[in-house]
Amino acid sequence: MHELGITQNIVAIVAENAKGTKVQRVTLEIGKLTAIMPDAIRFCFDVCCQGTIVEGAELEIIEIPGLAICRRCGGKVPLEQPFGICGCGNTDLEIIAGEELKIKEMEIEELCV
Amino acid sequence: MCVTCGCSDDAETKITNPETGEVVAMNSNGHHTHTHTLADGTVITHSHNHEHHADSNAHIHAKMHGNTITLEEKILAKNDLIAAQNRGWFKGRDILALNLVSSPGSGKTTLLTRTINDLKDKCPIYVIEGDQETSNDAQKIQETGCKVVQINTGTGCHLEAAMVERGLQQLNPPLNSIVMIENVGNLVCPALFDLGEKAKVAILSVTEGEDKPIKYPHMFRASEVMIITKIDLLPYVQFDVNRCIEYAKQVNPKMQIFQVSATTGVGLESWYEWIAANVPSLAVQI
Repeated sequence: MHELGITQNIVAIVAENAKGTKVQRVTLEIGKLTAIMPDAIRFCFDVCCQGTIVEGAELEIIEIPGLAICRRCGGKVPLEQPFGICGCGNTDLEIIAGEELKIKEMEIEELCV
Repeated sequence: MCVTCGCSDDAETKITNPETGEVVAMNSNGHHTHTHTLADGTVITHSHNHEHHADSNAHIHAKMHGNTITLEEKILAKNDLIAAQNRGWFKGRDILALNLVSSPGSGKTTLLTRTINDLKDKCPIYVIEGDQETSNDAQKIQETGCKVVQINTGTGCHLEAAMVERGLQQLNPPLNSIVMIENVGNLVCPALFDLGEKAKVAILSVTEGEDKPIKYPHMFRASEVMIITKIDLLPYVQFDVNRCIEYAKQVNPKMQIFQVSATTGVGLESWYEWIAANVPSLAVQI
């Protein structure tokens, strides 16, 4: 449900940066450890875009897998959820990837002379 | 003319070798090449291959040459910024702000009214109540004599920093006070939205499942404190406290955990001590 509000944010940020130029593509980075469902964002995107310069833009979502570093042994631990256990038995992990929630880039129409 | 490199895309330039009779069209052969000399003396010869050169239609050209703008902008940047402002506002007034989060029905409001009644003579407590609808909770808080504002989020499932900012204008808490923000009963979305609080306090009652910390790991990871409530009901429910604590520590090894009953008052002391440790003016009194 919170994806709707987040998608409204995405469209607002993109529209602001596009400065009136038609937007063709929006690329997001969403970490797999965030409580955000990419499918729900896709579902909301078309609705939120209606009537804005982002309408009709292609939405690309790059999902970033979760990765943590063990605070005890320094080993890397791939994560499916925002917690886990290192091979050394330690649960005190520092998540270094998978919590991204950002607009990576957007493509706007460029006029040709 | 192409605006990227200035070549004439309609000219259909060809190179013919009279000896072999081989004809090479420049358009299809990777465009024209040119040479750069880099600062370190390296000479690079390359071409800008434009797939679009077969097209004379300027509109199609424009579409293929969309201008990519790197944003790298956090989607929740606006909320995070307002939250940071709130945090500064609290800090400047030496106010302890706590964001109470839980499922609906965990006993947040009961714990809150009990806490207010026990501490209000020692430190002023102000409350921001978040609910989808009704001001029932605000009325319960008001009965304790403490100042409260109710935020109804309507269809929204969480409080946002801007709502708290507006609530604070209404509430106007004084220096050295405590602001309790009771979030909408929801263990998912409020984890994402920073309000500017000192800490999130997750409340879990023994009438719920003991595995909630691993079922809703985002929330329990974002919370500094967990309060297990309604422990007076433990003899009547199947709730394994130790396992619950184990799960919570698994998700968040640094989590502070308190076990309380707001009805009987058991365990509240340690919760109050934690509050006092974070409110300098209160520490001497408890």
